[in-house]
Amino acid sequence: MNMSNALCVEKVHVWRGDRHVLQGVSAQVQPQELLHISGPNGAGKTTLLRVVSGLLRPEQGSVSWLGQSIAAIRTDYQATLAYASHEPALKGDLTALENLRFAVGLKRRITADELRASLARTGVAACADLPARVLSAGQRRRVAMARVLAMSAKVWLLDEPYTNLDAAGSELISELLQTHVVGGGLALVVAHHELKLGCQVRRLELNS
Amino acid sequence: MTVSAWQAFWLIVQREMRLSFRRPEQLLQPLVFFLIVTTLFPLGLSLQLSLLRDIAPGVLWVAALLSALLSLDFLFKGDADDGTLEQLALSGHGLTVIVAAKTLAHWLVTGVALVLVSPIVGTALGIPLGAFATMLLSLALGTLTLSWLGAIGAGLTIGLRRGNVLLSLIVLPLATPLLIFGAAATERAITGTSPVGALYFLAALCVFTCTLAPFAAAAALRITLE
Repeated sequence: MNMSNALCVEKVHVWRGDRHVLQGVSAQVQPQELLHISGPNGAGKTTLLRVVSGLLRPEQGSVSWLGQSIAAIRTDYQATLAYASHEPALKGDLTALENLRFAVGLKRRITADELRASLARTGVAACADLPARVLSAGQRRRVAMARVLAMSAKVWLLDEPYTNLDAAGSELISELLQTHVVGGGLALVVAHHELKLGCQVRRLELNS
Repeated sequence: MTVSAWQAFWLIVQREMRLSFRRPEQLLQPLVFFLIVTTLFPLGLSLQLSLLRDIAPGVLWVAALLSALLSLDFLFKGDADDGTLEQLALSGHGLTVIVAAKTLAHWLVTGVALVLVSPIVGTALGIPLGAFATMLLSLALGTLTLSWLGAIGAGLTIGLRRGNVLLSLIVLPLATPLLIFGAAATERAITGTSPVGALYFLAALCVFTCTLAPFAAAAALRITLE
């Protein structure tokens, strides 16, 4: 196993029923690098992110973090992750701030002011005390991004973070990604369009 | 600063309580069901108090089991549907902690409420005042055990479309010892004999499920999350 690779995906195979979704996918990501995962619908991009997050165990192959298999260090490894699925994963009955408090509070101790600051950073400070159910799809996406930001995690796994966002929102995501990666973080991003970022971007094209 | 498992546990309990109180209809539904079903029996049967007293423990317990079952369906389903279950699973705390916190919170809002309204039902069914303490204690132990058993069933069935029917099929057979010993304890208290044996048995079942069910339910949840 190569110790120099921070995050290493080795020949991962996943079947969904009869469908062989991931067919021997390999990838390496180092700190200060972003892996841009692209491919047609149904190519297994989300499945790959779920495998990397440890939510889904691959039938064959392995994922390792700092030279150790993530299956062996699952909870410690997951504590270093911030995962944003393609749904915003917010509770409609809780306010944006409460949603963040209950999600980020499990990862690290955090004050309400810090949470408000990250909501402000993603441009939804005014939504902090509104129930998530009244927010628009774009605002929810921004709240989900504020959650990623507030976790101060080393590894970001973002599944189509640009969905539902206006031009300014898309620019903001790119900016946040760049700051995170340049600051020593890793990111795996599923996106359908070209990412123009001022940091090291690797490409992984999945085929259906 | 990292968050200990205990802190995570209490944070999830708080989250669940807050969510429950924002959705009062989910809380009230099983309670109203419990009240209506139990009060239908005196209406449907003759008004002989002695007959009512004879069937009271059975009626009380069957209704309690069914009403607790009604609320179990919501235990993980809401979180699974909106994606927050994945966030919880990736929080860096084992699924066991998450399952235990969610189940305890579920019992605090549904089981405890059921125990609290049971004196009304007890009065309607003609259970003497002297048997109330036993009835309350046995129901408290029984509903907590049922929440743990239900967590395993709910963990297994969240991915299914008609999961609630299957949930009943999984949980109700496992709950028969609760029904037998719960009803026996209440009946003994009504007739004036000592209910201690049945209560001990219920307590043992409760301890057994409290210690083992979180692991089983976490394993069930892990399977369905994949």
